[in-house]
Amino acid sequence: MQQEFERIPSGCAISGIMSTKGRRMNGEAIIRSIALMHERSNGLGGGFAAYGIYPDFKDHYAFHMIYHSEQSKMDAEAFLEENFIIDRSEPIPTRVTPGITDPPILWRYFLQIKPKRLIVFGRVDSPRAFVVNAVMTINNSIPGAFVASSGQNMGAFKGVGFPEDIGRFYRLDEYEAYIWTSHGRFPTNTPGWWGGAHPFCLLDWSVVHNGEISSYGINKRYLEMFGYCCELQTDTEVVAYLFDLLHRQQKVPLRLVCQALAPPFWKDIDMMDEAQRQMYTAIRQVYGPGMLNGPFSFVVASSRYMIGLNDRIKLRPMTCAVKDDLVFMASEESAIREISPDLDRVWTAKAGEPIIAELEEGAAV
Amino acid sequence: MMQIDARGMYYRDLNKMIKEAAWAGETEFILDNVNGQRYIGTGVDRKVNITINGVPGNDLAAFANGPVITVNANAQDAIGNTMNDGLVVVHGLAGDVLGYAMRGGRIYIKDDVGYRVGIHMKEYRRQVPVIIAGGRAGDFFGEYMAGGIMMLLGLNRKPGQPLAGDYLGTGMHGGVIYLRGEVAAYRLGKEVAVFALDDGDEKTLQKYLGEFCDCFGLDYNQVREEKFCKLVPVSHRPYGRLYAG
Amino acid sequence: MSSLIPAEFFVRVDHQRCRRCKRCVMNCGFGALSFQDRVVADHKKCVACHRCATFCPEGAITIEKNPLAYKESGHWLPEYRKNIMKQAETGGMLLTGMGNDRPYFSYFDHMVLDACQVTNPSIDPLREPMELRTYLGSKPSALEFEEAPDGVRLKTQLAPQVKLDTPMVFGAMSYGSISLNAHRALARAAKEMGILMNTGEGGLHKDLYPFSDRIIVQVASGRFGVNQEYLNHGAVVEIKIGQGAKPGIGGHLPGEKVSQEVSETRMIPLGTDALSPAPHHDIYSIEDLAQLIYALKEATNWTRPVSVKIAAVHNVAAIASGIARAGADIIYIDGFRGGTGAAPTIIRDHVGIPIEMALAAVDDRLRKEGIRNRVSLICAGGIRHAGDMAKAIALGADAVAIGTAALIAMGCHVCQKCHTGNCSWGIATQRPELVRRLDPELAAEHLCNLIRAWSLELKEILGALGVNAVESLRGSRERLRGVGLSRVDLDILGIKPAGR
Repeated sequence: MQQEFERIPSGCAISGIMSTKGRRMNGEAIIRSIALMHERSNGLGGGFAAYGIYPDFKDHYAFHMIYHSEQSKMDAEAFLEENFIIDRSEPIPTRVTPGITDPPILWRYFLQIKPKRLIVFGRVDSPRAFVVNAVMTINNSIPGAFVASSGQNMGAFKGVGFPEDIGRFYRLDEYEAYIWTSHGRFPTNTPGWWGGAHPFCLLDWSVVHNGEISSYGINKRYLEMFGYCCELQTDTEVVAYLFDLLHRQQKVPLRLVCQALAPPFWKDIDMMDEAQRQMYTAIRQVYGPGMLNGPFSFVVASSRYMIGLNDRIKLRPMTCAVKDDLVFMASEESAIREISPDLDRVWTAKAGEPIIAELEEGAAV
Repeated sequence: MMQIDARGMYYRDLNKMIKEAAWAGETEFILDNVNGQRYIGTGVDRKVNITINGVPGNDLAAFANGPVITVNANAQDAIGNTMNDGLVVVHGLAGDVLGYAMRGGRIYIKDDVGYRVGIHMKEYRRQVPVIIAGGRAGDFFGEYMAGGIMMLLGLNRKPGQPLAGDYLGTGMHGGVIYLRGEVAAYRLGKEVAVFALDDGDEKTLQKYLGEFCDCFGLDYNQVREEKFCKLVPVSHRPYGRLYAG
Repeated sequence: MSSLIPAEFFVRVDHQRCRRCKRCVMNCGFGALSFQDRVVADHKKCVACHRCATFCPEGAITIEKNPLAYKESGHWLPEYRKNIMKQAETGGMLLTGMGNDRPYFSYFDHMVLDACQVTNPSIDPLREPMELRTYLGSKPSALEFEEAPDGVRLKTQLAPQVKLDTPMVFGAMSYGSISLNAHRALARAAKEMGILMNTGEGGLHKDLYPFSDRIIVQVASGRFGVNQEYLNHGAVVEIKIGQGAKPGIGGHLPGEKVSQEVSETRMIPLGTDALSPAPHHDIYSIEDLAQLIYALKEATNWTRPVSVKIAAVHNVAAIASGIARAGADIIYIDGFRGGTGAAPTIIRDHVGIPIEMALAAVDDRLRKEGIRNRVSLICAGGIRHAGDMAKAIALGADAVAIGTAALIAMGCHVCQKCHTGNCSWGIATQRPELVRRLDPELAAEHLCNLIRAWSLELKEILGALGVNAVESLRGSRERLRGVGLSRVDLDILGIKPAGR
């Protein structure tokens, strides 16, 4: 399927919860939150990302795989065995759930990179670059195999169905995480492809996204210049790759990554003081091809952060709230109130203004 | 009086209960534990009072034609979409695209409002729609406004905070926007200009702002202590040189 | 012996309406009209520049194609026969002006743009922000930042960048090939609209020094008018390697066009021929180009981007890659429709490749090599309207250059006789009585109007595409589809066919 690439536009609901103290919660709350926005999905895609779920394997790369056939599983496993030490290999636990039909083979692996394989890379972040490469290779050259997530101590659980059904199917009530993000999808087409659901993940980045990225064409070509292959039938993957490129590879501070993706208008830049003007002008000059244009709101998470961002003219909704150590971001306030009726603070996000929740220093996760 | 516990109710069931009771003559509704149910007040088509305890879903009072709706919480996006008549009072904040293409009725929001509030608002014959927001607003307030009355008060505004976002009144070609306090010129759409109030404006303020203050227990004179100004379109054809033969 | 070749056009004067004001006679730059009791036309001299018809107060003049019938031949078209006769009479090369006029297949005309419906909204460009600002110059692949007491600061020092308010520049046209008044109009319009004009290779007249932050100063093989002062008066320095109308061919400004002012501007003696050889004789290879690029950077103290202008030829992608690696900040690619003040017709019409293909190939190649950010791409050669511009940008251009379109805005009727120096419109001429006809202020106003109108149209296109900044269209080939193109064409252009 991923070989015959055609992008499917879709609308959506998103929701995210984070405990900045690293306190872990089971998946019940996030399922209830996303279920409340049932009307925003159409049953053709739902998914979750969870951080902190594999404390016993927290230094392993947890690969969540979607296979279309035993053959693709064999091919992918041959590739994994060649490059990684597979410390555990098991089916992702699921339960029979009405509304979830024809699931593909869902498997997970806890991996360490074979030290010998790493030698080809000479850089400090080489293990991560190695994993990125492995993910790109599997997604693009092993037919019927798709990496749903590849980070440490995190995982993505997604598929075709309403998100609440997907959540129950994957038994998310049995996992505990300090960040949960979720997505209900309203694609305008029926690819029936589990890999096409959100979140999109690469390393510990996960993205859930509402809207369509009208600049996808150039974002994709920009990322290809840096070796990222965008072949997954959706515009959302570019968000994950842009965070990986700008923050992990190029070390651009997170807030500025967000502002490269949804930059201030020139008229606002022109009013800034000299140093700021120089900085934002350079950001637009250099990262213009990475700018995300069109309507979007997304929640990006990594092991330390949960980040909400809207497009520059606020064409998609997002409400944020705080209650004690919990930070919420969702397409609708009611999705937050559903799981936390009393909130310390609630506000609607501004266009292009990143909302960044960070794990407290010393939080044990 | 009809009191409904809306917890977990599907919006169609909730709205059906309200409509059927209203059509049977009920005029007072109290909805408890509302959370996210869409289209409340839509299709009711008569003067009933609906009190909502909880956060109503999107498109509250969409196409509304008469109901008086009070929300004792925040409200979400697209309140009063293409509203024709009625009153919506929100004791909290409201989201984006509030009062889209509203042709009649009033919407009073106690706190902040989002982006594109009052977009495409218009008036027709004796119908003059009114939106008043007690807090601050996002960008594109009054975009394409063709008629009606909008007020932005900024009562919760802290020093240094802007009253409204950018592109205030962009594309505006009718109606009037009243602002409590000042707005930097660069935030204005190119079609509007700032003017001082005249006697007619005073009457308008007394009527609607007075009602707004009553709704939220505010002192009208105190609200008026800060200077108001108004925005009106300066030309009906701001795009004269846009096209060639 | 006078030529036996039949006239190309007939000048028809309605003598009943003519009031014998002789305005047409005075206006014809080509001496086609004279007055002997009434207006008399020498049809063979008429080039269809329309000057007489435009200024006849009675509307009494029309120009017609000579209806003389030739025996039909699909192969021996009348123009080939006439050209052979001409060459048999003279033994010379055919000379012409403007760009390739052959009916080659237009790729622009076989690409269509996308628009939003439902899943993503289009944007109103008149009421909401719509940004066309573009910076020309080399960009790093990444930025570095540092912590400062008052927050994060930019650490990376960028190479020089030149701002365009809209992604257009005027094409390179030298003073010599066009008049000083035309240059004045281009400079004024460039300043007014926040874009750039290009001196071509004829130097920069001192009157234009006040516009220097809006001028690309060209350095060509003849180095006419090139000195430190000249370089200092440019916002961009451009090395001219080639030109779309005559790739691989040099230039020749005949001595009779080297007037006092041209002589001073080019810094050559009055009335001497100005020869521009095809190659720079300090560039016989790519490393020599690098040497010249860095010489110019050194000469301008690393404050100006250096551009390299080339004609689109078969191997343009590899050439462009070499130029990027040689240190250029901008590559200006001129397609085979690009114009000229004078070129052998046989070269103009048969050498070079379409800009659409060249641009697509270059942008692709630079991306595959991971160096697209190192250069800005200006593309030129037959950009007729904002649709062509938008398609070029979607294929990957940072900006387009407009030469012929700018000339038309100033009054040119594309009669293709630039090389004769008789331009009735006062554009491609040095004859003082003709130059005087071009009012630089009015011409500048028309140029500004054109830039404004195309910018508005580009904003409409961006709005329909649902993006509010031109960088989101730039290189976004996903927003283009081909209609009636072969699989190979689509592959080269990097676009899908309509329906996919």
